[in-house]
Amino acid sequence: MILNGKIAAVTGASRGIGQAIALDLARAGAQVACIATKEANAQTTVEMILAMGGMAKAYGCDVSQTESVEATFAAIASDLGAPAILVNNAGITRDTLMLRMKDDDWDQVMATNLRGAFLCTRVVTKAMMKAREGRIINITSIVGLHGAAGQANYAASKAGLVGLTLATAKELGARGITCNAVAPGFIETDMTHDLPQEMKEQVQKSAPLGRLGSPEDIAQVVTFLAGPGAGYMTGQVLTVDGGLTL
Amino acid sequence: MADDIFERVKKVVCAELDVQEGEVTESSNFIADLGADSLDVVELVMAFEEEFKIDIPDDEVTKLATVGDAVEYIKSKIA
Repeated sequence: MILNGKIAAVTGASRGIGQAIALDLARAGAQVACIATKEANAQTTVEMILAMGGMAKAYGCDVSQTESVEATFAAIASDLGAPAILVNNAGITRDTLMLRMKDDDWDQVMATNLRGAFLCTRVVTKAMMKAREGRIINITSIVGLHGAAGQANYAASKAGLVGLTLATAKELGARGITCNAVAPGFIETDMTHDLPQEMKEQVQKSAPLGRLGSPEDIAQVVTFLAGPGAGYMTGQVLTVDGGLTL
Repeated sequence: MADDIFERVKKVVCAELDVQEGEVTESSNFIADLGADSLDVVELVMAFEEEFKIDIPDDEVTKLATVGDAVEYIKSKIA
């Protein structure tokens, strides 16, 4: 298994893409710290991993708060060890047209999606630098590359993650740490569940691959980026959208 | 006391920059003599902060070019 002996931390691991990523990394042999706002929610994912013979532990964390992030990663380091793989996946939406968008809608999305990724990256880099290895994978979105009406906050935070990915790749490359991003298209999760049926049909029609994506479609690309096969790749954004944005 | 600080600084420098004690003198420049790059300097400063329980602000970091600079600075902070 390509990730045997590696410790991975995944934020937003309680459901959707984050859960699929945690499961797939565990399947590849990694011990996974499953991080979610509430520990009990991450526990669901942990139990799925334990049931398939993997190793994982649940952590509750508000990724937008420095103290919470530092306490969580200190606990991970003492329970499992310092992570060699970090997946910044935690993300929220507060969709509305800009004219109606409240300051809070903007701030909360930026705090979780962008500040959260920065805080988690900062806290893992010290040990990664010492170890001379590390894989940081940011989950952005095609919306961060192409924009979307009603998602000014989400699109800005996801575009911000692309910039963070590029800067991290340049800053930490000399220490053997890679940083890449995955930009999912339309993936069937709770986040996209409530979008209108006609929109989903439209996506299905416009994507050359003719279907919506599954969380596993994203997870397997993340596992590739975490593994030895991606050792010479850094600062890249991989779009995984069934060809939707072609 | 000053010698003691020098010895402690030397230990931190050796551990962080992977150099031998014999290579480290008061006049050793972290970058030019001890082979540090910008990331090493940041790690070194964080290690000093931890070892001496002090806070070294970013604008002070740029003034710490040599081992002697660091010893003098740390002395002034913990005196």
